[in-house]
Amino acid sequence: MNIYQEELLDHYENPSNYGTLPDPDISHEEDNPLCGDTIRMDLLVEDETIKEVRFCGHGCTISLAAASMLTEKIQGKTLEEVKQLTRDDIMDMIGIPLGPVRVKCALLALKVLKAGAYGIKGWPGEEDE
Amino acid sequence: MQTSDYRPLDVKAIREDFPIFTDTSFAYLDSAASTQTPHPVVEAMDAYYDTYRSNIHRGIYRISEEATDQYEKARQKVAQLINAPRTSQVVFTRNTTESINLVAYSWGSINIHEGDEIVLSELEHHSNLVPWQMLAQRTGATLRFLEITDKGLLDFTQLHDILTEKTKLVAITHVSNVIGTINPIQSIIEAAHAAGAKVMVDAAQSIPHFHVDVQQLDCDFLAFSGHKMCGPTGVGVLYGKLELLEEMPPFLGGGSMIRSVERDISTYADVPAKFEAGTPSIAEAIGLGSAVDYITQAGLASIHVHEQELLKYAHSQLQDFEGITIYGPEPHQKAGVISFNLQGIHPHDVAGILDTHDVAIRAGHHCAQPLMKKLDVIATARASFYLYNTKDDIDRLCDGLRKAQTIMIRRDK
Repeated sequence: MNIYQEELLDHYENPSNYGTLPDPDISHEEDNPLCGDTIRMDLLVEDETIKEVRFCGHGCTISLAAASMLTEKIQGKTLEEVKQLTRDDIMDMIGIPLGPVRVKCALLALKVLKAGAYGIKGWPGEEDE
Repeated sequence: MQTSDYRPLDVKAIREDFPIFTDTSFAYLDSAASTQTPHPVVEAMDAYYDTYRSNIHRGIYRISEEATDQYEKARQKVAQLINAPRTSQVVFTRNTTESINLVAYSWGSINIHEGDEIVLSELEHHSNLVPWQMLAQRTGATLRFLEITDKGLLDFTQLHDILTEKTKLVAITHVSNVIGTINPIQSIIEAAHAAGAKVMVDAAQSIPHFHVDVQQLDCDFLAFSGHKMCGPTGVGVLYGKLELLEEMPPFLGGGSMIRSVERDISTYADVPAKFEAGTPSIAEAIGLGSAVDYITQAGLASIHVHEQELLKYAHSQLQDFEGITIYGPEPHQKAGVISFNLQGIHPHDVAGILDTHDVAIRAGHHCAQPLMKKLDVIATARASFYLYNTKDDIDRLCDGLRKAQTIMIRRDK
């Protein structure tokens, strides 16, 4: 399957929830040292639930599309539900196989989210390594 | 660069030496990262493993003597390639990075002190930057940088201001791995020596591609890697002036690098053994010797001319792309490397789409983050050439780039 399929390109060109929040409860930005891609996530949290989410940054199709899809997925979820998201959830969301370098592109948004919301460092799926 | 041994490369015959090119649709354009391996090099290493595998230098039996002989013959071949005055001035290491670290630790530990200055350029690969940062942090020395012009050439007007009595070392790349700039290192070495400084040349991107003569250059140290010149991974070279190598303390301690060992003190072997602690990469050194034969037989002048032709062709084809930026100097001022970006397409996506068309290029910061900052980009796409590449490879690259533009930019219209 081609990684440049319609759904990803749609998210890349017309990302959901792109931008910043004026007064976020959580705001975190990180880059991928492999390629310099940067993603920032802003969250508004009420009653342990994500009320609003925005992301911004620069990167390739995979990293920006994954960030866009992730913001759709976590909107309205509780922080505990979001904490349970794994590398596999992201790969299912992307829906296509990726090589090891591009997997990091796909995981960058979740890494930023988990670092900002829970202080979890490291790449999703590699926390125990 | 001599051109006396120039004869056109028989690229068709060369490609037949590389099993990976049996798949004729594959365009490998990432030789600046690592080259492919011709069959004779693999055969030389196989012969070691199949017929005389043993450790070197101490065995009192036939195959160990054979292994020692072949390992040392490889050293002679490398010494001849770079015209080292003596074979013992060739130290086998793991790669360019290890060679530079060896100098930074060993030579640096007795020659660099607080207040001293080490001059680098903005073109340096992390391998010729981070070891000097670490040395500067250990000693209190300062790093200074020769800047590049808008054309990607070293700004020579700064050279004489930056070289002072404080300068102890100039560590500079011969050829930029990102934008291909060939630095006029002969002039830099002369100026550095006039200021009383030593010069370390990162030759990882030059040795594979054109003649380099260490005596003509008069460089103090020079480092390169086997895997960028048709050899295997795991073996690299450090050349040094004999008097410098002799005064330097060992880098790693252990077997092979000693003359005699007592409980509390040891005396050390002569160069190059002093710097080759432990069992070295024997098969890989033998493979490197074979790679030297291979590129010498093809002819380094021929390789250089071939790459120049490919580079000019690539420039002529790429410059017509809408929204393309090509970084660095004109083809005649650089080696077979072309770094570029297509407007609106991240270089990772460029490389990803090219991969689906069997075209392998590199995308990223190319281990040169300060240069990326200077060029004001996050990353670039980079195609690089070697003796086995053809104009067909470049046509495939261009076809793939057109496809990338169709996929990624069509909806903006």
